[in-house]
Amino acid sequence: MTSEVTPELFSTVPDASGRFGRFGGKFVAETLMSALADLEQLYADLKDDKAFQSEFDLDLAHYVGRPSPLYEAARLSDHIGGARIFLKREDLNHTGAHKVNNTIGQALLAKHMGKKRVIAETGAGQHGVASATVAARLGLECHVFMGEEDIRRQALNVYRMKLLGAHVVSVTSGSRTLKDAMNEAMRDWVTHIDDTFYIIGTVAGPHPYPMLVRDFQSVIGREARAQSLAQTGKLPDALVACVGGGSNAIGLFHPFLQDADVAMYGVEAGGKGLETGEHAAPLSAGTPGVLHGNRTYLMQDEHGQILDTHSVSAGLDYPGVGPEHSWLKDIGRVQYVAANDDEALAAFHRLTRIEGIMPALETAHAMAHAEKLAATMSPDQQIVVNLSGRGDKDILTVAALDGIEV
Amino acid sequence: MSRLGAVFQGLREQNRKGVIPYVVAGDPSPDGTVSLLHQLVAAGADVLEIGVPFSDPMSEGPIIQKGHERALANGMNLSAVLEMVSVFRRDDQRTPIVMMGYANPIERFGYSAFADACAVAGVDGLITVDLPPEEVDEIDAALQAVGLDNIFLISPTTPEARIQTIVDRARGFIYCVAVKGVTGSGQLDTDAVAARVATIQGMTTLPVAVGFGIKDASSASAVAKVADAVVVGSALIAEMEAMGRAENASEIQIHGGAVKLLQSIRSGVDSSPS
Repeated sequence: MTSEVTPELFSTVPDASGRFGRFGGKFVAETLMSALADLEQLYADLKDDKAFQSEFDLDLAHYVGRPSPLYEAARLSDHIGGARIFLKREDLNHTGAHKVNNTIGQALLAKHMGKKRVIAETGAGQHGVASATVAARLGLECHVFMGEEDIRRQALNVYRMKLLGAHVVSVTSGSRTLKDAMNEAMRDWVTHIDDTFYIIGTVAGPHPYPMLVRDFQSVIGREARAQSLAQTGKLPDALVACVGGGSNAIGLFHPFLQDADVAMYGVEAGGKGLETGEHAAPLSAGTPGVLHGNRTYLMQDEHGQILDTHSVSAGLDYPGVGPEHSWLKDIGRVQYVAANDDEALAAFHRLTRIEGIMPALETAHAMAHAEKLAATMSPDQQIVVNLSGRGDKDILTVAALDGIEV
Repeated sequence: MSRLGAVFQGLREQNRKGVIPYVVAGDPSPDGTVSLLHQLVAAGADVLEIGVPFSDPMSEGPIIQKGHERALANGMNLSAVLEMVSVFRRDDQRTPIVMMGYANPIERFGYSAFADACAVAGVDGLITVDLPPEEVDEIDAALQAVGLDNIFLISPTTPEARIQTIVDRARGFIYCVAVKGVTGSGQLDTDAVAARVATIQGMTTLPVAVGFGIKDASSASAVAKVADAVVVGSALIAEMEAMGRAENASEIQIHGGAVKLLQSIRSGVDSSPS
């Protein structure tokens, strides 16, 4: 397949039916089809609309605080030895992660549709907080669906959402994590289809979501590309980002896909190790199937039942992945690897102590692989890591894992 | 003529309306499902709808979700459901069986292999909640090749032009979803259902069954006035769940809850003047 990859290929997906090769699509109940068609039409109208784009850009500049810096982690690079490591500082965005780029965009769409109620699913709570934030700003009613297990391990973000005026709905079905939160959000959406806009937090779900979330997040890669050229005079040799659903990774990767010399690594949650089966790495160890409106790589058993996942990070604890990643894997454009819980924790501590930057546990997976990769490269090469979120939300989890009572 | 075609033709000739119970295969117990199906036929079911358990049943309300969870905890899977249909067919060659579920277990089984296995087991039709017309080509071709009906859902949000597209490729019957929402939820608006069914009947001669929101004899009777058949699911499963809560409840007692409700729905439908 790799031989057929031409630069033009990347601008052809998704096709009109929402396909990235054999992945993607609109695998949803009939009740949702007309809402998806409306969203598709609206987005087609607004996508290249100058007024809409400048409204989006203005919000990103003045409300989110973009552009985010591209910071050279020189001390970490010295410590590792090898390639220069640059961090795309999405942790410095308003609300502390890349998630807000997308919620700003989708909230503008909701406003254009005249919807008064927004819903969102969340795992680590970053997308929930980013949704609650834009809802507060626009005066929209907001309901965030969150697995009972995640509510326990992300208590700080739950309280942040409540302070912002959102209703946090505890999901007690299935594995009580992100996958079940998404099921419940879909159920709420079919029940309140007339007045509700569903703000999906990642590049998964039915078409057009994987496309529009990618487009909103691509600001990350566009900035990083320009910043690399301006700061170093060349493009990076490699990009690294963590992949749960995959929105921060697509955001960084997408504007570089046509740059054939830029290698890309998506880092999944290896949990307790791929060989244990207790992980959340469908691209590394899964098979294609259909879940949450799209065909993609999944963690499933031989009967097509979705498996429980495990990761130290709630935001990566998801058995599926965005369909574009599945396609990028199959055509060989992006390499997908896994970092396990212990490696991520070690990377969390290293970045905190060496650079004074505390990454989210999700992001720490990307750091763990970037360090390994940097060590195999030379000092005249450079890596850009998407520092997708800050770690404040995770300090209680880290303390507990380190056996410390806070 | 297919079993579904024969049953609906018989109903029309007798000027009667159909009753279609939905139960989840393997719930409350895998050993009891086949006898439950026979009991439901004896209680007046014209067509049987069998839910295929899935880990992520996104269109189901809490009652049917729990049914799926119990069935999976009992080790149920798609092959086992097909086996149940084969066993049922040994004693009942007449009652059509429609399987209702989600795409992923079928994808995993393989569309073509699945259609063949359905034909061998004696399945008559398939409803796959997350395969709307846009995604249905592959399985529809496989089902047609073995003479099975793919049954489409039409929801309250389906625009009229789209209804025409759907009925043009539908076989067996049309499943008209009565409420915006998941199974077992919402208040049934009989007038809205009547208008919807009339619209659909204006576009196709296929029978129209109405489901989602039918709970008892009176709601079934009201819907049967305007539709060709009523589907009842959550209410049956809720009855069995309630009976199962009693200590040492026997399988006969647990099934009895659903059977009694179905008998009452049958009378409600039969008393409904059409």
